[in-house]
Amino acid sequence: MPAYFNFAMKRLWQFVLVVFIGINIAYVITHVTPIDPVEQSISAVTSFGNTSPEAIADMRRSLQELYGLKGDWIEQYFSFWRRILKADFGPSLSAFPAPVTSLIARALPWTFGLLVFTTLVSWSIGNLLGALAGYYRHSRSLKLFGVLAMALHPVPYYIVALSLMIVFGFIWPILPITGGSAMDVAQGWNWQFMASVFHHSVLPALSLILIGVGSWFLGMRSLVSNIITEDYVVYAEIGGVAQSRMMGSYIIRNALAPQVTGLAMSLGGIFNGAVITEKIFGYPGLGTLLVDGVYAGDYGLVLGVTSIAIIGVSLSVLIIDLLYPLIDPRVQVAS
Amino acid sequence: MKRIIFDLLKYNNEFRIGVCLILIVMTMAVLSFFSPYPPNDVFVVPPDAPPSADYWLGTTSRGQDVFWQLSIAIRNTLAFGLLVALLSRVISIVVGLSSGYLGGWVDRVLMAINDTFIVIPLFPILILFYFVLRDSMSTILLAVIMSSLGWAYDSRLIRSVAMSLKTREFTGTSVFSGMTIFEILTREHLPYVLPIIFSTTLNNMNWSIGLEVTLAVLGFMDINTPTIGGMIYWANQHTAIVAGIWWWITFPVLTVVATFVGLYLIAVSINEYIDPRSRLSRMGGGQT
Repeated sequence: MPAYFNFAMKRLWQFVLVVFIGINIAYVITHVTPIDPVEQSISAVTSFGNTSPEAIADMRRSLQELYGLKGDWIEQYFSFWRRILKADFGPSLSAFPAPVTSLIARALPWTFGLLVFTTLVSWSIGNLLGALAGYYRHSRSLKLFGVLAMALHPVPYYIVALSLMIVFGFIWPILPITGGSAMDVAQGWNWQFMASVFHHSVLPALSLILIGVGSWFLGMRSLVSNIITEDYVVYAEIGGVAQSRMMGSYIIRNALAPQVTGLAMSLGGIFNGAVITEKIFGYPGLGTLLVDGVYAGDYGLVLGVTSIAIIGVSLSVLIIDLLYPLIDPRVQVAS
Repeated sequence: MKRIIFDLLKYNNEFRIGVCLILIVMTMAVLSFFSPYPPNDVFVVPPDAPPSADYWLGTTSRGQDVFWQLSIAIRNTLAFGLLVALLSRVISIVVGLSSGYLGGWVDRVLMAINDTFIVIPLFPILILFYFVLRDSMSTILLAVIMSSLGWAYDSRLIRSVAMSLKTREFTGTSVFSGMTIFEILTREHLPYVLPIIFSTTLNNMNWSIGLEVTLAVLGFMDINTPTIGGMIYWANQHTAIVAGIWWWITFPVLTVVATFVGLYLIAVSINEYIDPRSRLSRMGGGQT
């Protein structure tokens, strides 16, 4: 077990580093800019109607306290970290006085559910079809799928989501194009609500899967087509190993390791895609929260969602990394 | 170089399709220099006209000719992608080559930072940039920001090649003949990674153009510079789909999809050219 412990510690250290650098970037961006978030918030609030100068001064003082902009930069830096560690981003300006933390907590399950579901589905479908296409390379339908994957894979999420919305929202309106569930259904763990959630998630999930499947398919296909020329596969074939066993334990098992690493590396990108997809389909997750926060000039909310996104994505990468030895036992020896 | 391109054109279908698509898109971009209308002027033609002989791709609700607007937009978008790709190539070449050649603690530190940039979700960070910069966000500034965020994946690739180059005999020879590290990296190692750099340039352009379109569509950048994303943004602002002005949104989307698929296909076929194993399997050799 010490080898695995070393491996796990290394990954944990990388996780800490990612979070540290990420949060520092967020700090630098928000503090080294010429634009003062406090003044911006005040001008956003005071642009409607009249506000007395005393009230503005009051507001400025409380906002500075809220954003941790009091004191010199060392003090500010530490109070910033304290707030991140306590997961306290102050009240939201656009949904005053709801705390940012509770807004994020409400949005998080939606994003988490959508992301986990679509990532698992696109990863498994893509890898399975990719393996088949690499093995049976003369199959017509798999070749056609390859062409489709190649055409779809480089297109950004936004374009796919928009096209799906046009097709299923305007040309052939059969699916709901906005919201996370029907307005008239109360939220709860009942059948009606679940069905509505599922119905509403079809389009956002489909757009994420359509993009995702392609890259896993193409990666797996080229991996498998390289593996089947290896000597041990040729030997197994000559030795008369059953085709299903060939596929499972000889080919897919070996090709899977780089694909798991690939999954860990692409999680950030998948999350980026989810932000856009959610906004387009009005899905009540983190992405919508983030974009609306920018529109409303809500500093605490934007910073909060960004920090949670950085921590969440690197945490998922850590989990995948820690599970990696299950698929590739070699790492235990290597370290 | 000429022969490689000629060979690829002759034998590789993907390369052929990719080159065709990119040529179409580039022609479109070049045409923008002959545009009869200044790009930022509105209401220079009758608004909402469907595609016709006078206005090839119709006109927008803002009274702009979609065809000419599209040509300047794709020019700006391509220029943006190219700028990001070139700037980020500099970082990834420096980091990749030095990390692979020097090894040791330099390698460990650089790769720890590198892996961080691979993992971090960049989109929220870009949004944060827009959030604090607001109207001072310009296309050039966005390109600089994005290139300083988007180099990591490719520098890992370059590092892996540099590590294998380090063990080759000619590296030892150049060390003994008294070349400095800088000379070894630029004169001896750089030529070997150039093909990879070229194919990653295309992929990086795809990445940055995709993000630019997304940011612009949400209104998170300088929307007064006409780009593909900016065009879709204005079409959405005028609810073009609901109003039935489909040509305003369809043609930009088609153009940008052609760009993506074209760049991607060229990158893939170049990768295939670099990796001899896949070339072998293409010819039917190495197969049981």
